[in-house]
Amino acid sequence: MTLTTSAIPTDVASSDSALRRFLHGLPGVDQVGAEARAAALSTRSIKTEAKRWAIDTAISMIDLTTLEGQDTHGKVRALCAKGIRPDPGDASCPSVAAICVYPDLVPTAKEYLGDSGVKVASVATSFPSGRAALSVKLADVRDAVANGADEIDMVIDRGAFLEGHYLDVYDEIVQVKAACKDAHLKVILETGELATYDNVKRASWLAMIAGGDFIKTSTGKVHPAATLPVTLVMLQAVRDFRDTTGRQVGVKPAGGIRTTKDAMRYLVLVSETVGDDWLSPDWFRLGASSLLNDLLLQRQKMATGHYSGPDYVTID
Amino acid sequence: MRAKKTDETDRIGVRKTYKLYIGGAFPRSESGRTYPVGDSHGDFAANAALASRKDARDAVVAARAAFGGWSRATAYNRGQVLYRVAEVMEGRRDQFATEVHNAEGGKPDAAAAAVDAAIDRVVWYAGWTDKVAQVVGAANPVAGPFFDFSVPEPTGIVAIVAPATSSLLGLVSVLMPVIATGNTTVVLASELRPLPAITLTEALATSDLPGGVVNMLTGKVAEVAPWLASHADVNGLDLTGAPLALWRDLEIAAADNLKRVRRPDDVEPDWSRDPGTDRLTTFLETKTVWHPLGV
Amino acid sequence: MTSKLFPYSPAPESQAIVNIASSYGLFIGGEFVEPDDGETFKTINPASEEVLAEISEAGPRDIDRAVAAARKAFDGVWGSMSGKERAKYLFRIARIIQERSRELAVLESLDNGKPIKESRDVDLPLVAAHFFYYAGWADKLEHAGFGANPKPIGVAAQVIPWNFPLMMLAWKIAPALACGNTVVLKPAETTPLTALVFAEICQQAGLPAGVVNIVTGAGETGKMLVGHEGVDKVAFTGSTEVGRAIAKTLAGSRKRLSLELGGKAANIVFDDAPIDEAVEGIVGGIFFNQGHVCCAGSRLLVQESVADEVLDRLRRRMSTLRLGDPLDKNTDVGAINSYEQLARIRELSDIGEAEGAERWSPACELPERGFWFPPTIFTGVTQAHRIAREEIFGPVLSVLTFRTPDEAIEKANNTPYGLSAGVWTDKGSRILWTADRLRAGVVWANTFNKFDPASPFGGYKESGFGREGGRHGLEAYLAKGK
Repeated sequence: MTLTTSAIPTDVASSDSALRRFLHGLPGVDQVGAEARAAALSTRSIKTEAKRWAIDTAISMIDLTTLEGQDTHGKVRALCAKGIRPDPGDASCPSVAAICVYPDLVPTAKEYLGDSGVKVASVATSFPSGRAALSVKLADVRDAVANGADEIDMVIDRGAFLEGHYLDVYDEIVQVKAACKDAHLKVILETGELATYDNVKRASWLAMIAGGDFIKTSTGKVHPAATLPVTLVMLQAVRDFRDTTGRQVGVKPAGGIRTTKDAMRYLVLVSETVGDDWLSPDWFRLGASSLLNDLLLQRQKMATGHYSGPDYVTID
Repeated sequence: MRAKKTDETDRIGVRKTYKLYIGGAFPRSESGRTYPVGDSHGDFAANAALASRKDARDAVVAARAAFGGWSRATAYNRGQVLYRVAEVMEGRRDQFATEVHNAEGGKPDAAAAAVDAAIDRVVWYAGWTDKVAQVVGAANPVAGPFFDFSVPEPTGIVAIVAPATSSLLGLVSVLMPVIATGNTTVVLASELRPLPAITLTEALATSDLPGGVVNMLTGKVAEVAPWLASHADVNGLDLTGAPLALWRDLEIAAADNLKRVRRPDDVEPDWSRDPGTDRLTTFLETKTVWHPLGV
Repeated sequence: MTSKLFPYSPAPESQAIVNIASSYGLFIGGEFVEPDDGETFKTINPASEEVLAEISEAGPRDIDRAVAAARKAFDGVWGSMSGKERAKYLFRIARIIQERSRELAVLESLDNGKPIKESRDVDLPLVAAHFFYYAGWADKLEHAGFGANPKPIGVAAQVIPWNFPLMMLAWKIAPALACGNTVVLKPAETTPLTALVFAEICQQAGLPAGVVNIVTGAGETGKMLVGHEGVDKVAFTGSTEVGRAIAKTLAGSRKRLSLELGGKAANIVFDDAPIDEAVEGIVGGIFFNQGHVCCAGSRLLVQESVADEVLDRLRRRMSTLRLGDPLDKNTDVGAINSYEQLARIRELSDIGEAEGAERWSPACELPERGFWFPPTIFTGVTQAHRIAREEIFGPVLSVLTFRTPDEAIEKANNTPYGLSAGVWTDKGSRILWTADRLRAGVVWANTFNKFDPASPFGGYKESGFGREGGRHGLEAYLAKGK
């Protein structure tokens, strides 16, 4: 094993063992060091102009999400309205990046969002557990795409990954990617179930080699969801992957990001790990729901000079 | 007694309800029972909660829940918390002195001295948290290409029968060494003198000590101690305050899951003496790690 | 690679929290007194060259007074006080330091030039922790393994450097007091302010007069102090050159001596290292505190098979370092502490270039006023280069390579110094094998520049003798054979 992230072998996906050789040949991640780096970056102090920019950028990166059994058409429409115009009292407030819903609610979201510029993202592949036959998962994807989803958030088969059946995981991503057609594919690693940063790094590379356009931390249904160190490791992976292959892959932390402070910490992480090339909604997303209102409260504070309250943002 | 003192003025005193301390909260006994506690003259002082076996069971659950966090907290953090306990006790010094005097009788000065000694003892153990491993741990020079070291680790949940006589100094002297090293505890307070113990838990509850690290039960030793002694999720048993008549049966019950048992002394120790490190190491395990050296 | 999209706005820590007097006396016998000969010098902010305060320069009669005050306190109260009571004073000091830590952090950054991020998150927490730790030892000395009835030595003369002013004070004073000694401490002439606030903290803690005495001044003052016949123990942290001179001064006397001196630590990166964390460790190892760290990882020894990749990543990471106003909360690299130190760093860097090593720094704008040096690496360095052998004490890294583990060890140990070393590898047995062979007092594995009051620190060879911190740190302040 060496540090060198040498070119990916052409036959890397020829077998489980070929994939294993490559993934296990990646340099390890030292847990203490990675967490210390993430913690150090989280002490950055973002003030005034930088904070204004960060708040608006964070809003524009949000995949505003509702993934509940109790979701209704009305709930989705309300969320779409909020996504297009997060602060009804302030036209300068940017729209979010996308509305993220279950596949059966894609038509409702698509209809409401129209040509607003806000994308429709749909989870698929038997989200969140991914425990279904491949044919079912692919049907799920095709259904969402046919309904008009711009982006598909798939889950990897964590069971297969933990069993070391990397080829199964790889093949599944490849087939989902094909089923996506023009839709962008975000690959959810569910890092909370992968347990180690070494695994997060390997799963990131596996998802990128298989063709994912984005790698995403979590479904939001498993604790822990997104964390700063996990996102750091994934950012390092997309950076090294681009250095190796020339292809840029996006990153989406999702779940547990609730406050403006959280969001700014993620932006700092992006800025100081992979730089400006990733500082846009095309390459970095925040999967969240309650985060938006906190960003709006902070935005109002910046505009008025006094603290706002929950009665001054809309509840959806 | 405070009640009498208050009676000397026209004002009617507001009395405190003495409850149990389990998982950081102050519940009454689930059994709904209390028992009257007298002062050193035998006059009524308060109704204390009469803990049941189910209270003991709940206390063990709370202690287990707290064990992970407390035992993995840095030794430095545990030291800070225990020192904070001393600070908060110092702020209640007069209250403790009054309660200890009410409970134990004797001269008020002696009660105050016992309180001072109790506070200093907390400070003594606060300083031990990050030193005990340096005193009892070791790098072992094994004959081979190995790095070999031994570190102390807490045993787990320790049930303590607190001293019957010394209501605060004795209690602190048995409790603090056990939690200083990262164990969590269920303590059975002095049956006849439980009130200072409950006031101590009020200091603990306001000292950054995580809920569940110390759980305090008041009641009958003969009723509750056997349940703690036989409990399969309790790892250590300190019988310092147990009546000698109960000792053998409790130790037999403890043997089922091979609890580490600290036996009672023939007479209650003189708690004003230098405590040494004896109690600090009673509920410690030694873990030895072997690791090869090689390129 | 500083972001164009997301340039952080200035985030200065408020200076309003500190209240610097225009001039300071000496702290002797529990109060601030004027120096006998009235000489003064100025301490400046190295980031702006502004004068912060006028400081007294202690002369021979002042040293006499300070030592006499320490002796009186030792004989009269401190030496015979029970450990239990001494402990409580030290706990009080620890608590007051925690309470005033932000103020002390700002003051430290003003006087020293180090980033507020470091004084706030590293120096001050460690200072408070050090007093806490040794407070706990004060009544437990008989358990420390240095005999059944441990006794203090007496009056300790302590001279500390400018790189971690308050932390070095804590490393000196906390164990000395815990063991029952009294002290006369001289802070460095460029960084006296936090020591003078510490004197105030001793007053707030009600510490008996004379237990701690602070005398300010430069090298001459230090020389008088360590050579004073009234002191029983000398503790010095600073350059090897001065340490050697002190050892000669004390030769033939009964005075005890402990020295913590220079270093030229090797930071060894094997080819299986966790690469991103290793790069962080290299950066933290040499650029932490502008490289003003005796244990800095100033020699990177990287295995040839990964040298290019490690260096590429290192350069990229260095490009994100933010140099500037030490009080800005986002500053990573602050000011060089003095013009003299800056001149030395420049001189040795120029020599490095002249000797043929390749010099590189990221694009980095230096402020106009104050003392600044950009984070710098030299590649193509060999064992024969002066920048591979001499302590630069600045943000300058010399990069060397090795082919085999044995070669790494040989190169790492090939120095008169022996303070610290680093090793980076994913293989546990290799960590221990390497640590086993390194002739250095502290070995960090997959980390660097970590400090803790419970952990002994100190060097082999010309990096000094004696240990500070941990149980071992008590030995330097306990009498021998009594």
